[in-house]
Amino acid sequence: MNVGLNQFLFVGAVLFALGVFAVMSRRNAVGLLMGVELILNACNVNFVAFARFVEHGASGQVIAAFVIVLAAAEAAVALAIVLAMYRNFGTVHVDTVNRLKR
Amino acid sequence: MTGDLIFYAFALLTVISAFFVAFSQNIVHAGFSLLFTLFGVAGLYALLGADFLAVAQLIVYVGGILVLVLFTVMMTRIPRSQAARRGLDRMVAPGILALVILAIVYMVITRTDWPMAHPAPAKATTAEIGTEFMTNYIFPFEFASLLLLAAMIGAAILIREFQAPVDDGPDESAAPGEAPAPSAAAGEEEGHS
Repeated sequence: MNVGLNQFLFVGAVLFALGVFAVMSRRNAVGLLMGVELILNACNVNFVAFARFVEHGASGQVIAAFVIVLAAAEAAVALAIVLAMYRNFGTVHVDTVNRLKR
Repeated sequence: MTGDLIFYAFALLTVISAFFVAFSQNIVHAGFSLLFTLFGVAGLYALLGADFLAVAQLIVYVGGILVLVLFTVMMTRIPRSQAARRGLDRMVAPGILALVILAIVYMVITRTDWPMAHPAPAKATTAEIGTEFMTNYIFPFEFASLLLLAAMIGAAILIREFQAPVDDGPDESAAPGEAPAPSAAAGEEEGHS
């Protein structure tokens, strides 16, 4: 089978489904963030694949670069939140941290 | 075709390690599996002719985000007795949803007639991306730099040492990392004092 657009899109779909599964089923907040990273990588694979096979030009790759920037900002803030959560509650389980204030 | 073999190798690496990220009970194992997933995705970018993105993926994700994630995992160790395992009942609904999503996206992928262009021969895209950043995407580019600055300041503020207000009692600052049990009573006392 020749490798074309569909194969790349299918890899992206599998990554997305696994990311959704991780976000919904993990209790550890850091594991939940890993799921978000999987989802962002899935959409990036799709962007780059479409940029290669459907529309020539650098637009798709530019958008993918913006997604990487967003992921970096999101990881920094979210991991800071996780550390603050650990300091205030002594746990990183998202279902035991259900109050905004102690 | 060796190109196809390389694609399947990277795709297998990506998908299998992503399985470990989603299913591993040990969060450290999941973090190290994420390393291989991100590496595999960088390989897919390189196969798609996106050389700049492949290197950016390695630098930003593997060099930055993954190190942050692993540091956070190590700084937030919970005792093994408290580390409640994910039961199978927690996996049923997310598993069904993930399978449904996968089926729908697979149908869309296979049934859509994409307006395919013949793939151009791969060439270096760094200069092209830089030109796009500085012309068509100048506003999102500047906004992304503002966003990064805001995220940096926000993370520094969130993570700094919590300082109790000056006129609070001296017992307020005792052990913020301890058990969060007496919150309701303390809140009521604070309310009418």
